[in-house]
Amino acid sequence: MSDLKYSKDHEWVRLEGGTATVGISDYAQEQLGDVVYVELPETGRRVSRGEQAAVVESVKAASEIYAPVGGEVVETNGALDENPSLVNSAPTGDGWFLKVRVDDAGELAALMDEAAYADYVAGLE
Amino acid sequence: MSETGKASGGSRVTKRTPLYDQHVSLGAKMVVFAGYDMPVQYPAGIVAEHNHTRAKASLFDVSHMGQISVWGAAGAQALEALVPGDIEGLAPWAMRYTQLTSEAGGILDDLMVVRAGSRLLLIVNAARKEADLAHLQRGLEHGCDAAMLDQRALIALQGPAAAAVMARHVPDSETVAFMTARPLSLAGVDAIISRSGYTGEDGFEISVAAEAAARVWARLIHEPEVAAAGLGARDSLRLEAGLCLYGHDIDEDTSPVEAGLAWSIGKRRRGEGDFPGARRILEELIEGPKRKRVGIRPEGRAPAREGTEILDAGNATVGEISSGGFGPSVGGPVAMGYVEAGCAALDTALSLMVRGTPRPARVVALPFVKHNYHKP
Repeated sequence: MSDLKYSKDHEWVRLEGGTATVGISDYAQEQLGDVVYVELPETGRRVSRGEQAAVVESVKAASEIYAPVGGEVVETNGALDENPSLVNSAPTGDGWFLKVRVDDAGELAALMDEAAYADYVAGLE
Repeated sequence: MSETGKASGGSRVTKRTPLYDQHVSLGAKMVVFAGYDMPVQYPAGIVAEHNHTRAKASLFDVSHMGQISVWGAAGAQALEALVPGDIEGLAPWAMRYTQLTSEAGGILDDLMVVRAGSRLLLIVNAARKEADLAHLQRGLEHGCDAAMLDQRALIALQGPAAAAVMARHVPDSETVAFMTARPLSLAGVDAIISRSGYTGEDGFEISVAAEAAARVWARLIHEPEVAAAGLGARDSLRLEAGLCLYGHDIDEDTSPVEAGLAWSIGKRRRGEGDFPGARRILEELIEGPKRKRVGIRPEGRAPAREGTEILDAGNATVGEISSGGFGPSVGGPVAMGYVEAGCAALDTALSLMVRGTPRPARVVALPFVKHNYHKP
């Protein structure tokens, strides 16, 4: 899992060959509680870094998901339509949200690695 | 990620219920609600706690709610000056749902009233309890007065297994009928036990002295059918049961008739018309209210939250969602809201504006999940 980069908003990114897979962290799903609905963007939509890209709804509330890196949405996780609880059970695996063809891989430099994110979360507790 | 549309708890000193340590030791996630540090959920999570309540029985700490004692020889008569419910007609230890109404016919709070021996016991909302007490102390005549029982705790045991669990500790509890209460002993503790709740399930609410709360909680939580449930599950359970949440589904601008609570206005009280707001309320009873609270079922899976705009088939704004979320027992989104009377008929097609997009929904009957009260 050392290939994941994290934003301060608790999104994660995995960059593979110019395409970034985006989801929310284990800490984020734990804070949200039971996820009951995920609203994903249309493929083909362009998102810039920090722009709202998706919405995740728990029993209690709706939360916005921001693109941690800019580019074109090339794929979204259709499995979340039928089974949004994947976000809880496998937040950094089958519970991914969307894939973005990255405009500028340099934007990832602003994100935290696993260890830095763990420190960041520890500071929030 | 950031949560939308939710105010923060603020930084003032929060109060704790007598069961705070129990919640922490169970690993609860605590949030500030009405000035109290309350368990929103335990490690099982809201959906599991909700489902457990419908399948077996759950224990809720609702000690944040106000317990107010009203006394005086003419207590029932005095209280009737402030509520439209039939209080004089309450048999000993009977319980009734009513509202404190304003002169304008709005709802200042909703509450339960028990004729507890020579006194009345009122159970009111946590966020309103201080205002309610002041309102009662100002408004009660005939030498009656009111006081907050702030050294008492309130524990709810809710679910289809509640009666069997309770009978192990209080054999006489089986004879406590729905919407009545009795003074009974539980674990050697003097309690007032009512057959009532806020989940749509059979169950009990147990009022005990604060120092005895932990003892009663320990007895019940260790029963095999029982698990703790927090405010999150309490909210999804009451929403599926079609029950109003003060400050959301009802408030000072909402009348009992608009809210679909006309059933709680006594027949004698309608005839006498001597309660606050009677002019508006009686007029709405005769002519029908301009808007009504209805059940709304969004199509698809996206929940429609409080404040969501409601449109009719012609895309005109006809109302607003007052409570909305996900119903675990329904398996999809559920909501309640106010719509213009012309849009309140069952099966009326509506649209809900969620994040700028109109989404289809329709008016459905309340409750979303059939009540499972103990009515022999």
